Amino acid sequence: MSPTPVLTTLDPGVMAFLSAELASRMQFGWTISVHIIFASLSIGLAPFIIYFTWKDVRTNDDRYARLRSFWVKVFAVGFVMGTVTGIPMSFQFGTNFPQFSEVAGELIGGPLSFEAKMAFFLEAVFLGVLLYGRDRVRDRTYVLSSVLVGVGAWLSGFWILVVNAWMQTPRGYEMITRNGMEVAKLTDPFAAFLTPRMTWMYVHMMNASVISVALLVAGVSAYIIWKKPDTDAWNTALKLAVVLLVVSAPFQAVHGDAYGRHVEDTQPQKFAAMEAHYETGQADLHLLAFPKSASALTDPRAENLVTVSLPAVGSFLASGGDFNAEVIGLNEYEDNPPVALVFWSFRFMIGLGFLFIGLALWGGYLTYKERLSDNTRYLKAMIAASPLGYAALLTGWYVTEIGRQPWVIQGELKTSEAVSSTLTGTEATLTLVGFVVVYVGLILTALYILKWLVREELQALGVRESSDGRWHGPIPGVSDDD
Amino acid sequence: MTESLLPVDAYLVESLPEVWFGVVLFALGMYVVLDGFDFGIGMLYATRTDEHERETFLAGFGPVWDANEVWLVAFGTMLLAAFPRVYSQLLADNYLLTIGFVLALLFRGLGPELREQRDDDQWRRYADYAFVGGSVFAPLLLGMLAGRWLFDSATLPVVLTGVGLVAVSVVTGAAFLASKTGPDLAAELRTYGIGATVAYLGGVVVLLGTVVLTDAGGAADTILSGPVAAVVALSVAAGVGGSLLARRGKYRAWLASALALPTLLTVLIALLLYPVIYPPTGLLVREAVVSPLALNLVTVLGLPVLIVVLWYFKFLYGVFSGPIKGEGYEG
Repeated sequence: MSPTPVLTTLDPGVMAFLSAELASRMQFGWTISVHIIFASLSIGLAPFIIYFTWKDVRTNDDRYARLRSFWVKVFAVGFVMGTVTGIPMSFQFGTNFPQFSEVAGELIGGPLSFEAKMAFFLEAVFLGVLLYGRDRVRDRTYVLSSVLVGVGAWLSGFWILVVNAWMQTPRGYEMITRNGMEVAKLTDPFAAFLTPRMTWMYVHMMNASVISVALLVAGVSAYIIWKKPDTDAWNTALKLAVVLLVVSAPFQAVHGDAYGRHVEDTQPQKFAAMEAHYETGQADLHLLAFPKSASALTDPRAENLVTVSLPAVGSFLASGGDFNAEVIGLNEYEDNPPVALVFWSFRFMIGLGFLFIGLALWGGYLTYKERLSDNTRYLKAMIAASPLGYAALLTGWYVTEIGRQPWVIQGELKTSEAVSSTLTGTEATLTLVGFVVVYVGLILTALYILKWLVREELQALGVRESSDGRWHGPIPGVSDDD
Repeated sequence: MTESLLPVDAYLVESLPEVWFGVVLFALGMYVVLDGFDFGIGMLYATRTDEHERETFLAGFGPVWDANEVWLVAFGTMLLAAFPRVYSQLLADNYLLTIGFVLALLFRGLGPELREQRDDDQWRRYADYAFVGGSVFAPLLLGMLAGRWLFDSATLPVVLTGVGLVAVSVVTGAAFLASKTGPDLAAELRTYGIGATVAYLGGVVVLLGTVVLTDAGGAADTILSGPVAAVVALSVAAGVGGSLLARRGKYRAWLASALALPTLLTVLIALLLYPVIYPPTGLLVREAVVSPLALNLVTVLGLPVLIVVLWYFKFLYGVFSGPIKGEGYEG
């Protein structure tokens, strides 16, 4: 394949547009980045919603009614955002990557339609009941609705990851010619749906969603407790989030390590990009890497990085026990993914992962000492960490998706061959700009709504707001020295 | 292992590709019917200045729109699953139209959500623009997309299909709201609903006439056939009958006949297409369909779920049946 021109000039010297391919990739990447935040919010929040609803209905404890009401509102906002950003996703396979849709239609169409039928309907219908039906249905139906919403969210994750895992490790098909085009024909549904990647991805993503939401819940709780200490409901929420974090954060590291070995096995090129490993041979493990010069940011290589490395441990880990194992280097391939993006995204994700483990252990210790809600330093740390789960989740996906390039279906179809041949750079650039503007607005709106909900909650708790916008709550018993 | 469970080389039943043509259009029909009245609510919302009435409209829209919208995703993904080439070509050939449509949907869904967040007139006005604008443009652009599917690039029929979908959405929206609100408001809604019915029926006649004269998309012969004449006659009967019921204050019966209009419109689309599934290239249902194993699989795993989904909707509309309670949009 000849390299695609990045810029196509519409009117030379006046205005340059992105190529249809580049604009389509940026558009898909941008819209899915925004969408996935809301989608994983639903997945991660579902267990919290079920728990709060169940406790509320069963115990009639005001704490849980308060938490349920607050988090159901957040869930609803996330779900609306997820819906309005999800619909463009389901059409972009066709508008921007029609060749991909046609080649892979038999393999991805089924799972995508199961996602709509088994998951989205369940979520949307019973969320309607959860939001508006408290007085219209019996308690049991109401609790069941929360469970069904949660099941919908987790099932939707399952089917969409069936599709993505197939793109990473395609199985269960053969190539045939239909209507003059080489397309994939489904030959074995079990192999196609339960590809080698599927379980790795599902566990990693579901757990990442739980971690992200646990951090968000902890951050919001910490903020409210910071402003208004000794609020039973929010002490409960913080504790619950920390307990979840103690389990999920270390698990993610252990699981991620094994997942990495699986990637080395099935997608050696991606693995090499994750480690910026160019020469085939023994690989060191770079525990930490810092750029020596600006060029290392865009082109990370052993010689321009300061690394804390364990010699040959890369080989050891990748092979599961052999220090001399050969790890394939990027130089073996003609066409590589953007190494810098993959390399640095990977490190960013891992760095955050360890930070989360630290916060989890710290919180676990404080919980054990029964000082969780009085430690201002911890509260502040959790407030600061509240959006970081999503940063880790997104960079993790950048490793997965950018690392698969130049392939859209690993080893079968290149992204450059999947893009629409009728699409012009002008059209694609125009819609890209549209999506950037609209989705930035969406994110700001979501944040604004969250802020507004917190503000409403603080008012309900009796914290006064003065005209300068500062909160004046009595803050007894809280000091930095705790 | 699969071979013992599902036939690999033959469709479960000989006519399975045609069944799936029907299933895909059924999902489109459900979408056009259900989200259609949501669009209608959004457009009629613009005629209200009273805050209380606006809130009532939003309370009718709130619990159901999101679930209704899923039918669009069901339609799109089932089209991809059964007829991937049609999905690819339809969307790629109508790039800006499709993106415009999904963005209109986005604003429509977001408007009411935003509105509730701040007690500020300016803010609410912008949220209302998003809601109303999205509710107008979504059916217009979706109708135009359907027009492009049926009639390729013939401008007038494409635009008329868009306008027709807008008009029929107003009819169903008015009937839905009239059946759930008090008599005074219902009487006002009736006026809009009847006007839109006349516009819709007139539009359909002009559209079909134009297509016969110009033979857009090669559909002239089909239009002059018995089934199409029957669908048009039933539409006129439903439109006129519904309007008469509305005049007599029988709003639930009006709603039933109003909902027949978009249903018949979908049947009309099916008649205009079959046996072709993509008129711009003349692709036939049998040529576009996926291989037997893939179609058998989506049949066995997917169709039973679709029946369960219909039960969910029965449940949802059961829970929220009767007059609109409460006010405002809580989502």
